[in-house]
Amino acid sequence: MTVGLKGVSLESYRDVAPAGAIDLIYGLARPLEGRSMRHINSTRYGGGVAEMLHRLIPIFNELGVKTGWEILKGTDLFYKTTKSFHNALQGDRQLITREMFDEYVKVNKKNTSRIDLDADLVVVHDPQPAALVEKKKKKKRWVWRCHIDISKPYRNVWNFMRDYVTRYDGAIFSLPSFAQRLAVPQFLMYPSIDPLSEKNMELTEEEIAAELVRLEVPADRPIILQVSRFDKFKDPLGVIEAYQMVKKYNDCVLVLAGGGATDDPEGAQVLSMIKEIAERDEDIYILDLPPDANRAINALQRAATVVLQKSIKEGFGLTVAEAMWKGKPVIGGAVGGITVQIVYGRTGYTVNSVEGCAYRIRYLLNNPAVAAKIGDNARDYTRRNFLITRHIGDYLALMTKMLEDK
Amino acid sequence: MVLTPRDNRSFEFMGCLEIRQLLGKKADNELQLLEFIEDAPADCIYYHTHSYFLRHFYLAGQYPNDFANWAVLQVRDRVLGEKLGMVTPSGKKTLEDIRSELIEVIDSHLSSIKIIPAVVNGEPFYFMESRIIEVPMGLSASDLGSFIEAMRVVHASSIYNHIFESRLRVKKGKSDFSIWLEEVLGMNDLADQIEKIDCYMYSLEDLRSKITGLCERRL
Repeated sequence: MTVGLKGVSLESYRDVAPAGAIDLIYGLARPLEGRSMRHINSTRYGGGVAEMLHRLIPIFNELGVKTGWEILKGTDLFYKTTKSFHNALQGDRQLITREMFDEYVKVNKKNTSRIDLDADLVVVHDPQPAALVEKKKKKKRWVWRCHIDISKPYRNVWNFMRDYVTRYDGAIFSLPSFAQRLAVPQFLMYPSIDPLSEKNMELTEEEIAAELVRLEVPADRPIILQVSRFDKFKDPLGVIEAYQMVKKYNDCVLVLAGGGATDDPEGAQVLSMIKEIAERDEDIYILDLPPDANRAINALQRAATVVLQKSIKEGFGLTVAEAMWKGKPVIGGAVGGITVQIVYGRTGYTVNSVEGCAYRIRYLLNNPAVAAKIGDNARDYTRRNFLITRHIGDYLALMTKMLEDK
Repeated sequence: MVLTPRDNRSFEFMGCLEIRQLLGKKADNELQLLEFIEDAPADCIYYHTHSYFLRHFYLAGQYPNDFANWAVLQVRDRVLGEKLGMVTPSGKKTLEDIRSELIEVIDSHLSSIKIIPAVVNGEPFYFMESRIIEVPMGLSASDLGSFIEAMRVVHASSIYNHIFESRLRVKKGKSDFSIWLEEVLGMNDLADQIEKIDCYMYSLEDLRSKITGLCERRL
């Protein structure tokens, strides 16, 4: 299925991107005018990859790079298989039958006849469509964009996948620590946030206040906020413990906003535990939000005094960049992509314990000038490193290199 | 004072974008760091001692190279971090000079201690290299006035490209700005002043202000 898209024009980003960034993109795209790029993934909606492709692809086309987006079409067994692959590649032991491996190959093979694979650069996202590379033409350039951490995979699945991955001309990872040793060039590309999306666009004070009223969150005291799935790796219990330590010194409220508990039994258990604690403290607010609650998250991040992402295991953790973009000081666990977003003491603080988290919350609550300075730095750092404009440039630079190397 | 170009060669501002490539090697302790630095491609040495500026346009960080920051933040070895922080590629050093200096500093540090410091809770050092794609910014200068105007608005990667890439990777030994001011505008003293800026102590935005300031004083 080819996806038709209508997006925001590149010029709309001129006021939010760093000085000269839009002109840099125009300059980079000029030699690529008329060339073609094709992105392939397995879902049109839901998840960060689809969200980003919706924004990126219209801009590539506006720049004259003929870019299409194709969606792999699978069966129930195929999706069950790729869900298991996804978990296995991230280190979970999974039972995958011969029938499942066969289904993966069969679905990919079937899709090669219906998906248009003819482009100068083909970007295949994640494991689901990786086997399409069987149909790669010699003169075309293909890259595998891996959005997950495959550094410690379950070998059975990785050995199977590696045979496909090594047929690409390159692989892209979000962090060096996510990669595997491969015989093909491996590139680093951070993900990005869209400053004009509903989750990140500017809101007026009135709009923020109205959202807080709707969510029944008080605005009369400093808000400590963590936005994340109710998942043990995001350490919501550690967040509550840190808040309880702070509360002895500073009057504040804690908001834990997230979702994902409905389709995840472990998440439901975590949610029920934190709800039980929250019942004993009227200043803890647990908000189980639907997946499309972008405006609510935007308002909460803008209303917060300090934002936490106290994960003990993390992917890239783009919620950090979202809060930083809103000029907030962020305290994050020193794991995954949080460490590249937070420059210690400059754009926030990375911490390794509940006590470290509590101390930094207290420090920021009691030093509003420091918090404001860190927030300013954080916004600027995000502007230069984690906005979609940087991401567009990265893809165009990669395309330039891949086509030059032909 | 009216400045007239000696010839009609205008200065074309070129921005740049960096493609970062993983080398598939990592160090979990300082000996492994040393061993890989000995054999690393020159582009890897360049990346870890320079790319920092492209990532931190605005923020001047703790130390101006990745090796020093890794030693301090991940290994928690402040002594080695401080020593590596002083390995800055100022002057006429080549990438091989920088490599030798890095090796000497780590080797001498390891010789003076009994246990090799290693990462315990931190991240390993991942070796990378980069390739720069130059991009015409559509901005040019034919005299000092138009040079200042362009410097005020050009993408910060252009400042990186014309200073650091020009000096070391392209091996001109000087910044493009100084070469142009000297050869085209005949402003040798202004070029000298720019060359004397200790670029490794500033962010790209600081460098923009410093260079623009020096030029403005000459108008």
